[in-house]
Parts: sequence; structure tokens; C-alpha cells
Amino acid sequence: MSGKSRLFYKPRKAGRTRKSARAAVPWLFCAPSLLGLGIFTLFPFLDAVRRGFTDAMGARFVGLKNFASVLENAAFRLAAANTARFLAVCVPLLLAVSLLMALAVRALAGAARVFETTLLLPMAVPVAGIALLWQALFHKSGVINGALSALGLETVDFMGSGAAFWVLVGTYVWKNVGYNMVLWIAGLDAIPDSLYEAARVDGAGVWRCFWCVTLPGVLPTLFLTAALSLLNACKVFREAYLVGGAYPHDSIYLLQHLFNNWFRELDVGRLCAAAVLLAAALLGVLLPMQKLWGDAE
Amino acid sequence: MKNKKMTHSFQRLRRVFLALPLLLASLTVWLPLWWMAMGALTPLDELTATLGPALMGREGYALWPLLPSWPTLSPLVELLLDTPEFFAMFWNTCVLVLPQVLGQLLVGIPAAWALSRLRFRGQGALKTLYLVLMLLPFQVTMVSAYLAADRLGLLDTVWAVILPGIFGAFPVFIMTKGFDVVPAALLEAASLDGAGPLGTLVRIGVPLGMPGVLSAAVLGFLEAWNAIEQPMAFLQTKALWPLSLYLPQIAAQRLGLAMSASLVMLAPAALIFRFGQQYLTLGIQSSGLKE
Repeated sequence: MSGKSRLFYKPRKAGRTRKSARAAVPWLFCAPSLLGLGIFTLFPFLDAVRRGFTDAMGARFVGLKNFASVLENAAFRLAAANTARFLAVCVPLLLAVSLLMALAVRALAGAARVFETTLLLPMAVPVAGIALLWQALFHKSGVINGALSALGLETVDFMGSGAAFWVLVGTYVWKNVGYNMVLWIAGLDAIPDSLYEAARVDGAGVWRCFWCVTLPGVLPTLFLTAALSLLNACKVFREAYLVGGAYPHDSIYLLQHLFNNWFRELDVGRLCAAAVLLAAALLGVLLPMQKLWGDAE
Repeated sequence: MKNKKMTHSFQRLRRVFLALPLLLASLTVWLPLWWMAMGALTPLDELTATLGPALMGREGYALWPLLPSWPTLSPLVELLLDTPEFFAMFWNTCVLVLPQVLGQLLVGIPAAWALSRLRFRGQGALKTLYLVLMLLPFQVTMVSAYLAADRLGLLDTVWAVILPGIFGAFPVFIMTKGFDVVPAALLEAASLDGAGPLGTLVRIGVPLGMPGVLSAAVLGFLEAWNAIEQPMAFLQTKALWPLSLYLPQIAAQRLGLAMSASLVMLAPAALIFRFGQQYLTLGIQSSGLKE
């Protein structure tokens, strides 16, 4: 009996523990990362959500008061409207410009790779250096205005007028066009040549090939490229802050400025509410996009 | 014959037409870099005269000549030999960046390996979690990270920047894509040979997934080297500030120094770029790949 149990049960038992040990391995591998994410991001964020509903001391439940105060705040409205306008202009512009550049680089082939390297370079240029350069170029009495006045044209107060918005859009496109180009090129490379050949056999010209083969072919790339462009758009604050300071011209007062300024005033309740609103808005855009992107496979 | 010649010239016209916008776009990169390099070689009195109007509030318009009239290495030499505060800032940047990137790899590699090559319940949910966290900008997590650092007593120390930086989702995401190329058959063979999960990761996973690891390192380095928001939010003591934060502040008083410093700051990034561009490209590509 005991021999039988050793023969049949012990090994099975041992097998089960080994199996559960094996099941724990992936979680052990993930543990350091998850622990850190939990301590520094996830739980603090849940805490921030809770604080969004409480008063400044984080003690008393105040319902939606913080959210109402954020939404009524004039600075928040300005910043949210500016940010929405900025994203609506710069993300599609970047996507279009980088796609065109990617098509051109691919069509030229060979030596054109030097353009790919070149356009990636702005990623490596330190933001502080760019800020210095931009100040010299776009200042009211900067290099560009010097050239304009030498040509007898009217000068533009780039950083002190609505033109600041376009300087920022330009900076964003300048900085990210290489990154997106690499993404597009990878997407374009993934389209099988046979599709183009088939289209050409059917008598499709360059434009028809583009509309009926290229565009549908890069559609799966589009979703994540757009998402990453959105994420990178949040980083344009660096240039905006270093060139324009904490309170730049009204047209480029972005949500990032607002967060930064509220942060310095340690307005925790409102800040938490605004962070929750921003996260909700972003995920509201990105998650359906990710779903579409997943479904496009 | 004539037709062939025409196609040929049409081909050339097409190439010019394609190259022109690329060339123009490239100029917007080359010209600023050239200016940056030349700015560091220009003597201070010339800099004051040419850029003073824009950067120091002088009368007239700024000018940025393509070549300095009297190139000199003296600002650069002064910066490297006689400016201890520059070394302090440079050191501060290294202290913030290097542990961050190394930590990202150390923590991220096993997690990425598990997400990519192991099979377990909850894996899909974890992947989605990392994707969502990757896509949240710093502004969303700023206040939570501040509260966490405050509670842990890390505020105004370098750890307030380093630790949250280590536990980012982006490097894990990139390395997961890098590990996806490791063939499953190889892992089965290793497990039949009696290799444990850790041994498999170290002996097979890391060598084969090296391009992904390096991609994460390059992207992580560039990101941390240029970080403004994190040090600005978590470091109040100016003595801890990295170059990226300090540089724009000194431009007005010490233009020559700022010029040289921005060039010196570009150097490590440019080196990484020069030798790691293929990994940078690879990393970007994998950030866009579908699962």
C-alpha cells in the first residue's frame, strides 16, 4: 500500500509543485518591474484619483467640486483649448509630412538613407541647445527678423504673438519627423511587392497604386504611429518652456504649462482632478484606437 | 532610342523632384547644428555683437554668420579647464541618467522576457497595462509621482528622478518586441537540456534579444539626457540640477559658456547616435510593430 502510494501519488504531488513553481516564474520575472510601477505610478495614481474627490488635505470627500473648479478655471480652459488645437494641427501634419518623406526616401533608395539619418538627428540634439538656438532665431530682434528687415519686409514678434503657435508646431514636426519616418518606412516595407505588381497589371497608375495599395497597406502602422505622435506631442513642452518660460504667449499656453504652474503652487486637489481628466481624455482617444489597431490585423 | 533618352531624363527629373524636399528638410537640421558648432568656436566679443540683440537684450538685430570671423577654441578650453560648475552640472546629468538607464535594463529585461516568451495567465492584461502606462505622458503621473516621492522621503534627492525613471513602461515595451524574435524551438531545446528559466534568459534570451535591449538603452539614454520635466518637478536644490535645466538659465549672463556647453552636451548624444543609430532605428520600428 505504502509502496503503491509512493509510486503513484508522490511523483504526481512532486509534479504538481514543480508545475506551480513553474507557473510562478513569469510573475517572479515581472515582479521587480511591477513592484516599482506599483509604488511609483499605479498606487500613487489611484491615490491621485481619490484626492481628486477630496479637499486639499485629502481628508474630506467633496464630490465633483475639484473637477468643477478645474473645468470652470479660465486658465484650464485656455490651456485645454490650446492643447486640443495644437494636437489637432500638429499630429495630422506630422503624420502627412513624415509619410511623404518616407515615400520619397524609399523611392530614391540607396544614397537617400543619409536623409533618414539626418532627419533622425534632431532627436539627439539637446533641448537646451535647441532652446538657445530658437531664442537667437525667433526673438523679436532675432536672426530671422534681422533678415526680414534687411529685405525690407515687416518683422514678426514670433514668441510674443499668435506666431508662437506655429513656431511650436514647426519645432514639433522638425523634432519628430525622423522618428515617424522610420515607422512609416517599416510599414511601407511590409507591403508585399506582389500587390503593386497586381495593381499595375490591372492598369493602375501611380496615384491609384498609392490610394488602393499603399494607404490601406500602412493603415495598421497608422494607429500606433498616431499614438506615439500624440505622446511625443506632450514632450514639446520642453522647448515651449525653455523658449517661452512658465507664462508664454497665450496661444501656446498648454496644459503642460498649467500642470507645471499648479504644481509649483502645490494645488494638489485641482492638480489630481486635472490629471484624472487628462488621463481619461487620452485613454478615451487611445484605447478605441488601440482596439481598431488590434482589429486591423 | 529617343524614347529611351526621354525616359532617362524624366527619371532624373523625378529624382530631383523627390530629393528637393528632403534636401530642404535636411538643411533645417544641418544649419542649426552647424551654427551650434560654430557658436562654440566664436570668441565672446563677437558672440555678444552678433547674438547680443536676441539673447542679451542689446539694440539692433541678431545675426548668426556661417563662419566666425576669428575662430577660437578659447571658450571651449575655458569651459573644460576653468569652469568647475560646468563639471558639476555635467556630473549631475550623468548621475541622473546612467543609473536610470542601467536600472531600466536590469528591471525591464526579465519582465520583457516573461511578457514575450513565457506563457502565463494574465499575460494579455499585463501587456495592455504596460501599453497604457507607456502612452500616459509625464503630466498625468507627475502629481502621483510627487506624492509617492514625498511619502518615501525622496523629494529633492536624485532618487526622486531616478527611481520612477527606472520603472518606466516604455523600455519593457521595446524589449518585449526585441525578445519576440527568439525562436520558441530554441527555448524548448534549452529546457530539455535542463536549463532553468533564468539560465535560458541569460544564455539565450539576452544574447539573441540584444538588439532590442540596445534599442531600449539608446532611446532611454536620449530621453533621460534631455529630460526637463522630471528634474524640474522633483529637484529644488539648484546644486542637483542637470545641464539640460541649467543651461538656458545661464545663457544671458554667460553666452560663450552656454554655447560651448550646449555643444559638449550634444557630444555624448551624438556619439550614441553615431554608434547606436541602427538600434535606434530598430527600436523605433519595434515601437510601431503590431503584436
